[in-house]
Amino acid sequence: MSDTFQLDGASVPFEPGQTVMQAALAGGHYIPHLCYHPEFKPHGSCKVCTVKINGRTAASCTMPAEAGLNVESNIEEMNGLRRTLVQMLFAEGNHFCPSCEKSGNCTLQALGYDLEVHTAGFRHLYPDRPLDASHPDILLDFNRCILCELCVRASSEVDGKNVFALSGRGITKHLIVNSETGLLKDTDIALTDKAMHVCPVGVILPKRVGFSVPIGARRYDQRPISAQALDDAPRQADAPHSPDTGGSCPACEGTP
Amino acid sequence: MTTTGDLHVFLDALLARHGNNPASLLQMLCETQERQGWIAPPALTYLAQRLGIPRARIEGVAGFYSFLHLRPNGEYRVLFSDNITDRMLGSQALMEKMCQQLWLQPGKVSEDGLVSINTTSCTGMCDQGPAMLVNGRAITRLTHQRVQEIGHLIRNDTPLAGWPADFFLVEDNIRRSGPLLDNTSAPGDILRAAMALGGKGIVEAVKHSGLRGRGGAGFPTGQKWEACRNAPGAARHVVCNADEGEPGTFKDRVLLNCQADLVFEGMTLCALAVGAQHGYLYLRGEYRYLLEPLRAILQRRRDNNMLGKNILGQAGFDFDIAIHTGAGAYICGEESALIESLEGKRGVPRSRPPFPVTHGYMQQPTAVDNVETFCSAALAIQMGAENFRAIGTAKSSGSKLISVSGDCPRPGIYEYPFGVSVREVLDDCGAVNTRAVQVSGPSGICIAENEFGRKLGFEDLPTAGAFMVFDDSRDLFEVARNFVHFFAHESCGFCTPCRVGTSMLKQTMDKIAAGHGTRHDLNEIENLDKVLQTSSHCGLGRSACNPVLHTLKHFRPAYENRLKSLDFEPAFDLDGALARARQMTGRDDAGAHLKPEET
Repeated sequence: MSDTFQLDGASVPFEPGQTVMQAALAGGHYIPHLCYHPEFKPHGSCKVCTVKINGRTAASCTMPAEAGLNVESNIEEMNGLRRTLVQMLFAEGNHFCPSCEKSGNCTLQALGYDLEVHTAGFRHLYPDRPLDASHPDILLDFNRCILCELCVRASSEVDGKNVFALSGRGITKHLIVNSETGLLKDTDIALTDKAMHVCPVGVILPKRVGFSVPIGARRYDQRPISAQALDDAPRQADAPHSPDTGGSCPACEGTP
Repeated sequence: MTTTGDLHVFLDALLARHGNNPASLLQMLCETQERQGWIAPPALTYLAQRLGIPRARIEGVAGFYSFLHLRPNGEYRVLFSDNITDRMLGSQALMEKMCQQLWLQPGKVSEDGLVSINTTSCTGMCDQGPAMLVNGRAITRLTHQRVQEIGHLIRNDTPLAGWPADFFLVEDNIRRSGPLLDNTSAPGDILRAAMALGGKGIVEAVKHSGLRGRGGAGFPTGQKWEACRNAPGAARHVVCNADEGEPGTFKDRVLLNCQADLVFEGMTLCALAVGAQHGYLYLRGEYRYLLEPLRAILQRRRDNNMLGKNILGQAGFDFDIAIHTGAGAYICGEESALIESLEGKRGVPRSRPPFPVTHGYMQQPTAVDNVETFCSAALAIQMGAENFRAIGTAKSSGSKLISVSGDCPRPGIYEYPFGVSVREVLDDCGAVNTRAVQVSGPSGICIAENEFGRKLGFEDLPTAGAFMVFDDSRDLFEVARNFVHFFAHESCGFCTPCRVGTSMLKQTMDKIAAGHGTRHDLNEIENLDKVLQTSSHCGLGRSACNPVLHTLKHFRPAYENRLKSLDFEPAFDLDGALARARQMTGRDDAGAHLKPEET
């Protein structure tokens, strides 16, 4: 018999080594998240999954589950915090949803709708982030990067290529690629890489497939993200990742 | 210019010196930078090949640290220390003057590639500012004359070795000493006393002494050492945190200069206590000038069998210390970020738990303590736990070094038993008409006159040692704004709230400074504080709003006087939006501005 913790009044069982997020998703409970992806080691940078645990706030994706914890997630205080964090991410980059190839399939946009982000909230920073269109098959639009490092993790952990990494610090932190020229064409990325398919926003795009599904008929145009996130979450991961066990990714930040 | 062949010869020697160890990556990057003045792309590529680390990851490490440059940045790289205490001593005017003299703009490299001038976070010379770093070397007590001389030396392309030695003089400025600074024990004496106690005995003695960490958080040192000693692991490590980056703090600089043996003695007895064989001293890049003297002391200790194998004849007591230098990243003072940096990575704080005592350097049990903590531990062993405990207060035993700077005639280092009041320190340093004191730096607390009776110690005002004095001529809004800029510059950028929130806070403070602030902005600051407090990954984000909140509490008029009477003022400056167009067209006439009634 496994131990349980309380999540918004529901009893959630967990396996040793699972984080609060992993156990919640496995039990069919949604906690909003952005940089967490069930296939990769959690690192807890976006902080959208912040919950209250025994009265103190913590990122649920990295917090080890423990018996008897009292976790509050779907409360206005936490949803308000998430709203602000999503506003911050919008303000930090250059996001023009109406013209974005990823509109309707974008996790950031879907979270914005779901969390009822109705205003900008912050002055936008309008950073100068040139595109990289050097690769014959792939476009990088850094304007939309939210620094979740999913591509970094996928390229390192799954593809074994380390095409992506982060450089800079603070507000100048940015995604870079693995080549002396700094251009994607000089890396060994391929269309079939896992890293091509994990970007939650519209940074990494295959060329020549613009708007093949019309806006309005896309994924999050159908149902809100809160109703769909559980579809992605494997109820039983092949090997549960945890800070202590599997999936060690020396490439990304916040590695324990 | 060096050829590819030269570069490879240099890098091969560098790699060999560091045993091709990827954990020494940051050290290799620092040395490459020292040789070339910047780190050229081929150097990164070659290091990547030789170390078997992805190139992008190496570039990411180099891109994290302020003192490392991935583009040519001038043969002479001048960085003015930009702490509020430097500003109060006139650093901004000096920098402006120097820029004029050398015909360049801050942050830009001169067209001939000779020189760049910029600011950097506090360099730890607040007691002898204004200060600067030239190619990583500290220069103190800047005056117009000195700055002008430096300009000439640069223009004549005089190598730093030929500059007047007194430019580089760093005084200890010890104004009040106590058991720590008065320590005259011969190297090895305390270590022998510790060896008589044995590992477990040392832990017990340090626990009994009541010693708490001097870096600010105040965790009981004995308890930390005991946890590290008991943690399972193949190897254990001792790390001395000499990344003294909190603006206004410079006590570790003085200890490393005048009590280095005591620091190493403390580290060595800690190694005996926890069972460590490897020690690291992480020296902030700003104190690069201390590297060679410290290495010489380590060598002397090795020669005298106080480091190395079978220390002082005790079979199996093997321990040695290596020094790693930082490269301009305040966040590396956070212990888990420091460990990441020691491992040659970007200095990003880890998720905790687990803590360094169980999963530290290379995921092995690690005791990380501040320079002053190691000294105090050695002192506690020397004088005995009871005697140590008799100094200070019930919950804060021992003495504390206070780094006094700002508006007072006698800035410098003051050693007091814990429990000293702010008022006493002010009296001793000769401060008059004091309006406020920033205790423990920007991440600490700002107190006003009605609180000067409060006492330094873990019971009341915990402090890592910074004590910046502001008299009644100072504008506390500008003090807070300086600190807010500091946090935005030093955020590691890992988590959303701190990365974006500190920039938003900076924007808001700049908006108020520019005369566009409203009450709405003050509310926004409070909202930002809530977000930073509840969701930041580490203490930097959680304390980033403190300077504003504390000064708002005590000196609200300093803010309100700047506000427009409107409830809301858009941040978007219509006329300002044309600035770039004006710059591009080289126009600044009336027709290139919006008419006043249009703005």
